[in-house]
Amino acid sequence: MKASAFIYHRPETIDEAVRLLGEVAPDDGRVIAGGQSLVPIMAFRMARPPHLIDINRIAGLDRLDTQDGWLRIGARVRHAAFHEGAIAGPTGALLAHVMRHIAHHPIRTRGTFCGSLAHADPASEWCATAAALDGVLVAQSTQGTREIAVRDYFEAVMTTALRPDEILVEARLPLLPAGTLTGFCEFSRRSGDFAIAMVLVTLRIEEGRIVAPRFTIGGAEAFPRRLAEVEALLTGAAPDMATWRVAGDLAASLLDPLEDSITSGEYRRDLVRALAPRAFQQACA
Amino acid sequence: MTSTKGAIGQPLTRIEDPPLVTGRGRFVADINFPHQLHMRIVRSAHAHARILSISTQAALALPGVYAVWTAADIAEIGPIDFREGKIEKLEPYRQPVLAIDMLRYVGEPVAAIFASDAYIAEDAADLVEVHVESLPVIIAADAPTGEFAPGLSTEAAIVAQGFGDVAEAFANAHAIVELDLSVGRHSGVPLETRGAIGRYDTARDVLELHGAAKVPHKNRESLARVFGRGTTGLHLFEAHVGGGFGIRGEIYPEDILVLAAALRFERAVKWIEDRREHLIAANHSRQQRHKIRAAVDEKGTLLAIENEFWHDQGAYPRTHALRVAETTCGILPGPYHLGAYKATGHYRLTNKTPAATYRAPGRYETNFVRERLLDAIAVRLGISRIDVRRQNLIRKEEMPYARPLCVLEDDVSYDSGDYAGLLDKSLAAIGWDELQDELTARRAKGELVGVGLALFVEKSGLGPSDGAHVRVDTTGAIEVITGGASVGQGFETVMAQVCAEALGTDYKRIRVIHGRTDRIEYGIGAHASRATVMTANAVHAAALLVREKALTLAGELMQCEPALLDIVEGNVVRRDNGAGPSISLGQIAHHLRPASPTRRGHAPGLASDGWFETAHQTYPYGNQIAQVSLDRETGAVKIERYVIAYDIGRAINPLLVRGQILGGFVQGLGGALYEEFLYDANGEPLSVTFADYLIPTLAEVPDVHVIIAEDAPSTRNPLGIKGAGESGIAAVGAAIASAIEDALGVPGVITSIPVTPQRLKRILKDNRL
Amino acid sequence: MTRHDITLHVNGRRYDICVEPRKTLADALRDDCGLTGTHLGCEHGVCGACTIIADGETVRACLMFAIQAEGVELRTVEGLAQGNEMHPLQKAFVEHHGLQCGYCTPGFLMLAAGVLEKNPTIGDEELRDILASNLCRCTGYENIVKAVRAAAAEMGAAQ
Repeated sequence: MKASAFIYHRPETIDEAVRLLGEVAPDDGRVIAGGQSLVPIMAFRMARPPHLIDINRIAGLDRLDTQDGWLRIGARVRHAAFHEGAIAGPTGALLAHVMRHIAHHPIRTRGTFCGSLAHADPASEWCATAAALDGVLVAQSTQGTREIAVRDYFEAVMTTALRPDEILVEARLPLLPAGTLTGFCEFSRRSGDFAIAMVLVTLRIEEGRIVAPRFTIGGAEAFPRRLAEVEALLTGAAPDMATWRVAGDLAASLLDPLEDSITSGEYRRDLVRALAPRAFQQACA
Repeated sequence: MTSTKGAIGQPLTRIEDPPLVTGRGRFVADINFPHQLHMRIVRSAHAHARILSISTQAALALPGVYAVWTAADIAEIGPIDFREGKIEKLEPYRQPVLAIDMLRYVGEPVAAIFASDAYIAEDAADLVEVHVESLPVIIAADAPTGEFAPGLSTEAAIVAQGFGDVAEAFANAHAIVELDLSVGRHSGVPLETRGAIGRYDTARDVLELHGAAKVPHKNRESLARVFGRGTTGLHLFEAHVGGGFGIRGEIYPEDILVLAAALRFERAVKWIEDRREHLIAANHSRQQRHKIRAAVDEKGTLLAIENEFWHDQGAYPRTHALRVAETTCGILPGPYHLGAYKATGHYRLTNKTPAATYRAPGRYETNFVRERLLDAIAVRLGISRIDVRRQNLIRKEEMPYARPLCVLEDDVSYDSGDYAGLLDKSLAAIGWDELQDELTARRAKGELVGVGLALFVEKSGLGPSDGAHVRVDTTGAIEVITGGASVGQGFETVMAQVCAEALGTDYKRIRVIHGRTDRIEYGIGAHASRATVMTANAVHAAALLVREKALTLAGELMQCEPALLDIVEGNVVRRDNGAGPSISLGQIAHHLRPASPTRRGHAPGLASDGWFETAHQTYPYGNQIAQVSLDRETGAVKIERYVIAYDIGRAINPLLVRGQILGGFVQGLGGALYEEFLYDANGEPLSVTFADYLIPTLAEVPDVHVIIAEDAPSTRNPLGIKGAGESGIAAVGAAIASAIEDALGVPGVITSIPVTPQRLKRILKDNRL
Repeated sequence: MTRHDITLHVNGRRYDICVEPRKTLADALRDDCGLTGTHLGCEHGVCGACTIIADGETVRACLMFAIQAEGVELRTVEGLAQGNEMHPLQKAFVEHHGLQCGYCTPGFLMLAAGVLEKNPTIGDEELRDILASNLCRCTGYENIVKAVRAAAAEMGAAQ
């Protein structure tokens, strides 16, 4: 399990990085940041990039701050950076909670938020989070910089709107309004495993009614998405178990589940049905 | 800590540990020889296919590649033999070292690359092209048989054992209880993958295999036959071993390849398995389907059991040949009386990785099957699970208890045991009666909670004999030379404790040699929980002879009767005057030098061989109780409490015994809930990474209450000991299955393990729970 | 197959080595620096046998390329003891029978060392969560937890 040979590039600036990527992308040259997903698939030789562009020395990509109501996450920001207290408000609380479900501690010290988005594994917690919050991704190439709304980003399993010559230099998440409640639940066989299904919810409760709900499923389909039908059902409803159950049932019925030789679509539906009320209960606890 | 008398039975820290915690371990991957080549195996990507051609030119052309072999390059080497010798009916099914004409499982070695480093070797392996014609696959052992080769059925053998009139018992039964049960395919999967280094010492004409484990001496005999050498010109060396569990240390194709290449190239050849390879190439285990039925009277007395099973051997028999299937037949009745018995095992070849022994082979499976059957009998007759077991248990006054069955070619004869007494201890520990009330109350609140239990009889210490050599040097340091093997279980510490007990020295001053065929001619190795029983008793015998010699000479020098002398902290002293004159063991060794003028006619050297021989195995026993709760929505199982009670006869080191039990338990938990080698319909393995083959982490492991009993010392060795290695794992599948079924409250629905959340969710839905 | 001259800093020593870019940090530590205490159990980041400390963070050495570790302060199991004086974690693993075959041990030691250095008063639940990062096939974990707890207490008392 040794990777195929590659030529290693370690640019010092983002301009140099996109220039290099522009040159090697046609040959399947790749960007490496944390490498926690890329290196394993290289070890299995499921990926054999002839060039790797290491962006870990590029100044500024480690930025993690808030500006004008958005959280800005640079391409070098590690999972572990989202620890409790790192970011204020409900967004920070949600991210810290979600982070603890990503693999294990030594992976979180190295893997990056943007890398997870670029890799786009269906089971990625960050992909679900970005989808839930309607994030925006900033992609840079020699042709300039463009923004991609997360809702337009995922195309299929591990397939996205990011072009091979683009570096995902930043992810932006709109900050949740104060008073937003958040909940995240996932199911995996063992602690730290790839989730078979996950549900992320955010909502506010005003005068005993649900306001501005977001309902996102991840891990269960080819890529994460918000379920507008569920959100419509929730809007204005009473925040109680009956509502959560109806929401879970509806979500399960709307699912277009991944199916493989090990996990059935039916089981993924069962899990979404089970996880939805738990995520709401967590949010409202 | 110094210890003299009483070293046996103390929870001492291990002499193995200091190098292992400081990064000074020497595992096989840590060993290198000058100018070594790295071997990489090209493996079959097909579950069943005919080889049309193999193209190796591109690989050979790669800079750094020294050679590429296919079967034609080692035509003189035959298929891999069985460890215990020739087995006529299985001979045609043996696995070739490299595939000849046919591919029979994904992972089968097809070609071998030899290159200057491991990275290049892997590059070259990618360049080898194997052209094939695909053939239909057989994935299940209970599917219709096919042809392994022209005229050879994939049912390679049928094993059978039994006694009594089964038909009569069933004809007269009050009730007949039938189950169809399956155990999933899983295996030992040690943290260290396999590895082997072949080295040929051209100057001395000695061939060496580094990275041996488990049974170096047995394997030397086999390998000497392969290479047509005497055993004196072939030596095996055990490095540190990163876990054995039955699968490591058997002879695999790679071991033969590194030796053949070392001989031919006159260069060291190193092979280190990677994890993906390990999961498709090292022995799998366990997979069996049992159709079992019991004839019982109205009280639940077992009149007869009929046990027909299908053993999924994978593509080829391995070195163990029929051992797991045979053990399955012989050990199934466990701790219970049984009037009549008939076992029939279909030993079937399938297009999957070959299987062999994994910790508690044949017992993990049969404990599950038998204890499921006992639960079903209890339900059928409306009696408690405890009562049905208790009334069938063999009683302690019936020991030794023989039964006309055979395990490892040894007639079954339980040496000692108080099965009912140990059951009482466990039931008290978990508070069985109060627990029933607690569970009833929780169920009333809608929880799915349950408790299950399983009893088992283990076997350990198969003989017939093992020897050891103990010697003291002139500094008083002691070397214990054994033919045992260390797979990480604490072998050195146990041997040192036994030696220290006999010699009256600090166990930390004792160096224990194992796994080296160049230091001792014979050795039993470490398998089937026999190291402590066999080798420790041999060490004890040798150390007592050294003691006797030391005391004899000391008596002569100190002018007193040896009987008045004792050895305390390495010094011979008078029993009646410990503070008086003394002579150290080192000084005695000095007197016994060959040229010593004070040797006084004794044979040179303060040293002795010792042997231990036994006619039968010992049979430790135990029980396990699991308390679980189920998540009805996800199908997840949570182990809330777990009790393991085990009678070891006599614990040499309780700390290590407990460690064996806890470690075994977690492996058993893996087989019960998590671990499984899955295949798709084409024979493609699906569990080829550690993200798919799910070894339990700390997060999955509950607290375990361990009861180590010493109520029934073995009557078959002077130290009274029985083996510890397989007790923790043996009944985990059985106990957890019983608990899950109790939680479901639906009899007969847990018929297979592992109980994955998805499968349990299916059961929950099917039963509207 | 170009090789690069790089310098690694491990346990306070410098190692001038020449490696292909694809050589993992774990392989470079073992093959090129001779530090074979870092073990390989899976080479895909799951088992944790290769866990080391890089610039104060616990990482999987199989998921980094050696060339990425230039300029990084690396610590491996060989650097835990001070001369002949074992680290409290090492002593505790011996004392509490926290190892059997010892193959996973260096990874567990470095995982625990990295965590306790950052958070000496870590709570039970969080400690268990972190120790669930690595696989052990022998011990059943209980004694590993005991050992790390005992070492944490000793390290806390020493401060």
